[in-house]
Amino acid sequence: MVKPDVYHSLGLSDKEYRYILKILKRNPSNTELAMFSVEWSEHCGYLCSRKWLKLLPKTGKYKTLIGEDSGGIILDDLAIVFKMESHNHPSQVEPKQGAATGVGGILRDIFTAGARPIASLNSLRFGPLSQAYNKYLLSGVVNGIQFYGNCVGVPTVGGEIYFDESYSGNCLVNAMCIGIAKKEKLMRARAYGAGNAIMYVGSSTGRDGIGGCSILASNEFKEGEEKRPTVQIGDPFTEKCLIEATLEAINTGYLVGIKDMGAAGLTCCTSEMASAGNSGMDVELQAVPRREENMEPWEIMMSESQERMLVCIKKGKEEQIKKIFLKWDLNASVIGRVTEDGLVTVRDNGKIVARINAHSLTKAPIYDMPYRKPSYLRKLNKLEFSEIPDVKDYNKVLLKLLAAPSITNKAWVYRQYDHMVQTNTVVLPGSDAAVIRLKGTNKGIAATTDCNSRYCFLNPYRGAQIAVIEAARNLVCSGAQPAAVTDCLNFGNPKKPESFWQFKNCVEGIRDACRSFDLAVVSGNVSFYNESPKSAINPTPAIGMIGILNDIHKACSQNFKQEGDAIILLGYCREELGATEYLKEIHHLTKGDIPQLDLKLEQAVQKTALKAIEKGLVNSAHDCSEGGLAVALAECCISNKDKMIGADINKLNYDMRLDALLFGESQSRIILSCSKDSVEKVRKMALKFKAPFYVIGKTGGRVLRILNDTEELIYLSLEDLNEQWSGSLRKKIEG
Amino acid sequence: MKFGILVFPGSNCDQDCFYVIKDVLGKPAKYIWHKDTDLAGLDCIILPGGFSYGDYLRTGAIARFSPVMKSITEFARKGGTVIGICNGFQILLEAGLLPGVMLRNKDLHFICSYVYIKTENNDTRFTGLYNAGQILKIPIAHNEGNYYIDAAGLKELRDNNQIVFRYCSAAGEVDDQSNPNGALDNIAGIVNKKGNVLGMMPHPERSSEKELGSEDGYFIFQSIVKWLKV
Repeated sequence: MVKPDVYHSLGLSDKEYRYILKILKRNPSNTELAMFSVEWSEHCGYLCSRKWLKLLPKTGKYKTLIGEDSGGIILDDLAIVFKMESHNHPSQVEPKQGAATGVGGILRDIFTAGARPIASLNSLRFGPLSQAYNKYLLSGVVNGIQFYGNCVGVPTVGGEIYFDESYSGNCLVNAMCIGIAKKEKLMRARAYGAGNAIMYVGSSTGRDGIGGCSILASNEFKEGEEKRPTVQIGDPFTEKCLIEATLEAINTGYLVGIKDMGAAGLTCCTSEMASAGNSGMDVELQAVPRREENMEPWEIMMSESQERMLVCIKKGKEEQIKKIFLKWDLNASVIGRVTEDGLVTVRDNGKIVARINAHSLTKAPIYDMPYRKPSYLRKLNKLEFSEIPDVKDYNKVLLKLLAAPSITNKAWVYRQYDHMVQTNTVVLPGSDAAVIRLKGTNKGIAATTDCNSRYCFLNPYRGAQIAVIEAARNLVCSGAQPAAVTDCLNFGNPKKPESFWQFKNCVEGIRDACRSFDLAVVSGNVSFYNESPKSAINPTPAIGMIGILNDIHKACSQNFKQEGDAIILLGYCREELGATEYLKEIHHLTKGDIPQLDLKLEQAVQKTALKAIEKGLVNSAHDCSEGGLAVALAECCISNKDKMIGADINKLNYDMRLDALLFGESQSRIILSCSKDSVEKVRKMALKFKAPFYVIGKTGGRVLRILNDTEELIYLSLEDLNEQWSGSLRKKIEG
Repeated sequence: MKFGILVFPGSNCDQDCFYVIKDVLGKPAKYIWHKDTDLAGLDCIILPGGFSYGDYLRTGAIARFSPVMKSITEFARKGGTVIGICNGFQILLEAGLLPGVMLRNKDLHFICSYVYIKTENNDTRFTGLYNAGQILKIPIAHNEGNYYIDAAGLKELRDNNQIVFRYCSAAGEVDDQSNPNGALDNIAGIVNKKGNVLGMMPHPERSSEKELGSEDGYFIFQSIVKWLKV
């Protein structure tokens, strides 16, 4: 009999322990108990979330591929595989290694599918930079991403960074990777065919990361806890060798399946590969390369040492595959064979230390969690305009917003990432979405990540919808047809009904937005327990989306290109101020109803913009989002530092609060610029798709001026705008 | 005429160089594994960028001991054309095929960005197609590009006209403001005394196609082709 405090310390409940006894019909060994604890952790087993994740659409306008560890779409003879994954808790504990191993893990999910990684993105959230620890986290996370990503030679082309008090004590690090493969070369994470070899490849196993997923990722942070030993250490050089060796090995055609040893390490690989292949596996732990002495069997099964993979190889081809890995100076050791009995049998020097049915390990219990709308929302969602004092100096507000960490230029960050290696990056970081070409074709992929978690906090359902459609809008602005989605769902403790209500509503929002745009969710990840002792994080369903460009020569970016172009606004400005960056930065309020969303209007605006870009009619396109119209226009003016161009916005005529006009965040708006000759053609397109179309001014000069009717609201030199926008982040971090 | 592209464990611009030579320049190219020693039939060797051996010790410090480096040294001694880009430049410094060392960038960050460089010497086999003083738009991506050499060494470089590229502004001013990494004398690329070995931190293979935003780097490869033909 195992004592309750033993299985409790591994994160298993009394009920789960009783269930294990029922499955085994005997007491579990130490190793078996450890294996159940990691496979049935929330991180690996999706106990609370699985019921709701089933709602997400698996089909869309492109043919989809859903694998065990990643998913993608088919484009001609190519498979585009992509996924986003969280590494929040390790990064909060040890930012450099936490972020680095987050990048490493998501890369392995992609290349174990047989796809060469061609681009990385990341979605990051931190507490305010006024606190020293948050600065340390941001610097450390960026350092970890550059340390790992630059070395492996995969360009980090995009992403997002937001700051909010709710992330103090629990930062978010979500890493996304995109890879491509000839579709016939794709691999699955499966083992089958009795007698086929199970080979361990990559780094040796140590004691690092034991319990990383069950203890670190499946609990919230409490006061004064020391959890550093549960964080893994990354080795990007080994990863780079693993990428090359793995793709070479897959190319032989001798592999049956392959899987990354990520969370839950060898336990996860043996049980999930066997289960997915409807087979069993008999492995000998003495054959596992180790770098520490006297490791117990359960430690070997739970270790999360990085840069390791498990490969299933056709019987008789072991030596050919081994040779490839040895050429790259990597371990390659046959540790067992596929069996027909459906059991994962683990031996130590021949002695059985665990024997469990593979399916029962991988089919963790599903929980139907209670949920309840938080009572605080009723009060928070109310916003009387009379509560907000009028602002006198709109220039000052615009400059302050351009310096706000969530809005300001992120060049300090992306300059540290190699975003050009592989020579495919056509639109560099700093625009609405990055564009990478597919060599040998005219086509390209645009990629972005998006989520406004303040919206999701105040209205999870619509907030999640907006995250999806704004990601799509970003892609459209780069000239891409939105194609498919990966999501990384970051939430608080699922056992708190209010937290779970946020989760449920966000999933439903993603489902409905994806359906209306005919987008499949091909892969994803859930991270619960994102709470500090003070509070839970804002619900943050980060959306990663890719789009397809038929001709990369038509790729579009946000900055104005030439003087004398007409500036067009597609969409309406509504009198909305709730949940805006303006309200937070200037009035220190997080409240109100979030912007309205009309999916039909959104479709009309996106279709018009995309068509106009594809026809080569427009010179720039930029989504209006945080900070509203004024910030978006300023960004159009200054985001090419070598060629800043001013703008005169002299045709607005709105009857509404002027702060709402300038800084409100109404959805479904895109700013285009085009030569005078093209204006009528774009107008006709807008008419055809029923998108609101207004010429609001023209480009030129060294000043951004915005009038409403005849009243001058903004008059600022490009240099003043740029000083706030370009220098602020660095100043806040480095002083 | 055939190009050879070295592959060390951790090289990550090898495939980019291969692509430029084969698909953009239209010349034959082959990979050379770091354990190979046979360079027969090759006219130009490229040491590509990346993180050979992870650069865990010191950039290029381990790669210089690879078996292939003996052959490269012999190849260079006989006057063969060698170009080291970024990590390749760092390896050439460690191997003693070029003088000087690399320090960490002055702001202690990795920098990936387009910069401008000035062609200070167009009388080399690598730069024959550029005008004297021509300004190139070309990306850098490195952590250790802060070139350093002692005063005597710098004098020698200058006296022999070995400084090929200097960092500059878009307008061509060579000054501190346009120096991204703190390199001594704004040095971005140098040749050896004989002029057959070039090391440069910026990446010409990343700026050889219009789609990527600049074609200025292409003419380095084209210059080599032209020189080797004559």
